[in-house]
Amino acid sequence: MAPSAPSARDLLPCRNAHDPATVQVASGTEGRVAERASNGAAGHPSGDERFGVLEKALKRSRYSQDQLIEILHVAQGVFGYLSEDVLIYVGRELKLPLSRVFGVATFYHLFTFEEPGEHSATVCTGTACFVKGADRIVEALATEFHISSGETTEDGRFTLKTARCLGSCGLAPVVVIDGAVRGHLDAPGVLAAVAEQMAADDEADADDTIPAEADAVASGAASEARL
Amino acid sequence: MAGPIDLYDVANAERDARSRFSRRAFVCTSTGCLSAGAAAIRQTLAGTVTEAGQDQAVQVVPTGCFGLCSRGPLVRVETRGHEPTLYEHVDGDSARTIASDHLVAGREASADTVSLDLPFFTRQVKVVLSNAGKIDPDRIEDYVGQGGYRALQSAVETMTPQGVVKTILRSGLRGRGGAGYPTGRKWEFLALADGDEKYVVANGDEGDPGAYMDRTIMETDPHRVLEGLSLAGYATGASQGYIYVRAEYPLAIDRLERAIREAKRAKLLGRNVLGSDFRFDIEVRIGAGAFVCGEETALMKSIQGERGTPTLRPPYPTERGLWGKPTMIQNVETLANVPVILERGAEWFASLGTPESKGTKVFALTGSLNNTGLIEVPMGITLREIVEEMGGGVPGGRAFKAAQSGGPSGGCIPAQYLDTPVDYENLQKLGSMMGSGGLVVMDETASMPEIARFYMEFCRDESCGKCVPCRAGTVKMHAFLDRIVSGVGRKRDLQHLESLCHTVRSTSLCGLGQSAPNPVFSTLEHFRDEYLALLVPDEVFGPDGNGSPAAAERAVAASEGGAR
Repeated sequence: MAPSAPSARDLLPCRNAHDPATVQVASGTEGRVAERASNGAAGHPSGDERFGVLEKALKRSRYSQDQLIEILHVAQGVFGYLSEDVLIYVGRELKLPLSRVFGVATFYHLFTFEEPGEHSATVCTGTACFVKGADRIVEALATEFHISSGETTEDGRFTLKTARCLGSCGLAPVVVIDGAVRGHLDAPGVLAAVAEQMAADDEADADDTIPAEADAVASGAASEARL
Repeated sequence: MAGPIDLYDVANAERDARSRFSRRAFVCTSTGCLSAGAAAIRQTLAGTVTEAGQDQAVQVVPTGCFGLCSRGPLVRVETRGHEPTLYEHVDGDSARTIASDHLVAGREASADTVSLDLPFFTRQVKVVLSNAGKIDPDRIEDYVGQGGYRALQSAVETMTPQGVVKTILRSGLRGRGGAGYPTGRKWEFLALADGDEKYVVANGDEGDPGAYMDRTIMETDPHRVLEGLSLAGYATGASQGYIYVRAEYPLAIDRLERAIREAKRAKLLGRNVLGSDFRFDIEVRIGAGAFVCGEETALMKSIQGERGTPTLRPPYPTERGLWGKPTMIQNVETLANVPVILERGAEWFASLGTPESKGTKVFALTGSLNNTGLIEVPMGITLREIVEEMGGGVPGGRAFKAAQSGGPSGGCIPAQYLDTPVDYENLQKLGSMMGSGGLVVMDETASMPEIARFYMEFCRDESCGKCVPCRAGTVKMHAFLDRIVSGVGRKRDLQHLESLCHTVRSTSLCGLGQSAPNPVFSTLEHFRDEYLALLVPDEVFGPDGNGSPAAAERAVAASEGGAR
């Protein structure tokens, strides 16, 4: 029997992650194999290829429940954020109740549940940056775009975020604009850089910045762009 | 490769290969310099050398942190028989000049240089960072060429696990993560713990804002961390190691994972380490942005893929840790000391530093200073030497006000204590702590109540919410501080704040809550006047002092410049 698209209801009655009965579909390896076969390589009834990437990561982790955080990182890397659908999918695959998946995902700051804007600026608010005026940068950006930290503009063009120390304190104050770390900029400088970036509207010329170097990390772990 | 790597063969081959080059350029490719454009600089240098057909004579090496991050991107050029030259603030233009003049033509280029005789460099004693700026972190051969993995080899071939533990005990090494617990004693506990399955964990969850020592060690010399962790595994009978790294450090994660793959291929990790019976594997686990996960019981929860909430100790991790098995958690910098101690001897290590605090400490020197960056200094050096000599003092003619150490768990050290030798006990006496090694310098323009509010906001946001004193206490303490800083606080707010600080300190579940009041305590102790100056006098609230806050705010606004 081909399983229907997963929904929250499939997982809601879960009481115990280790109770096989809690996950209705694919209670054993055979179940999972059957599910795979019926769904094709994409691993998701919707045919969304991004689930295929996630499935590969799940396989690599041997569906180990203690790798939940790593899997969520991959998921966020692929989808840009963690939607309810994705969380349900991960829970099913790892045979974890949705409460556990949701609990873990909401505990950690780096996971986000809303689609990010096309462009983003992450202002480091660590001590060294604070001493050098990071709060003024946050304020300037918030005023410019009429949003507060953690929000996206209504047109979906820009997201403002803050981070707790990016560890580049020698460059303080530090702002990550569209994934590229920029140091020693004051508030007007940041505004100009963001405007430039939005005007260019192309892929950031990130050749000489960290993300280029970190491409290899994109194996799913973490990438600066996500910050 | 069939058998394990022969360390001496590799090292000799490396030395031969190196001696063929007449000039070598080292480009810093740590996060700081990379974000300032180091990757393009490296390409320019290498490209120019290749175009000039000098590939056989000149080598361009991507390497780890030189330390002086505020002057990055940095490039060091070494010419055989000459003093090295360190170029600062290198950009596209100066990179081309350096490449054509210095690397190809062999004469010093007309670009900005930093003197290597700066106290910033000469006062350092590099033990943990001895390879920083010298090796390519992505090549295991470079690490082996510097004598790497020999400590592991001699341990598995000639020493008993007990012997390794004894050496670490004798060296006097203490945990570099903050509290300074004697490392050897922890190893002894784990070695004596019952059970066939044990775990050792490297804590690379460097959450303190203003600290990036561990990131630099992992990015600059990843194999040193692997070797230290393997030695810990050998000494304690653990066969699985984990390195827990913050997700904010993608480059460190990448380099560690690559290092693990290379070490496995060279049989330095795996079933028979270096042909012995010792089995050891390492896995990298990634955090997701939670300060509390630096606390060891929370860290273990996170490794298990759970919410990172701490648990009560005892039982200590060395009794019941990961998956209920005995586990030992050590800071990355602590582990990075281990290979050197075994190689050069416990007595050599114990000769560095002070009687109670041996060895060196890496500090991230940031804030209002002329030279900011990463330094490694012997324990016992004074703060004045660090701030005034190495840091080059406060810029712009402003006066030094305080140095903050220990992050949100630490405190501020005012100017009158600048001559205190830096070690675990002294910093604690001053109401601060060593912490992981972040040292943020503040000048006279900094407002101390504001700094306290900054740290309290951090702790409020990072409180995991498991225990009430921390969850509710940090919110309230922040609210009191916010009132005071905003100029609407009064005497009783300060009294409530102080009493709440005592409660939270003594009743919180884990270190985060217990130490959250520290910045308030230390700024109150040394800068109480600044708090008092911000308070609204009680008379403003009416004759009995009970007027409404709104009335008080109006009164404050009316008395221009009265409160603030």
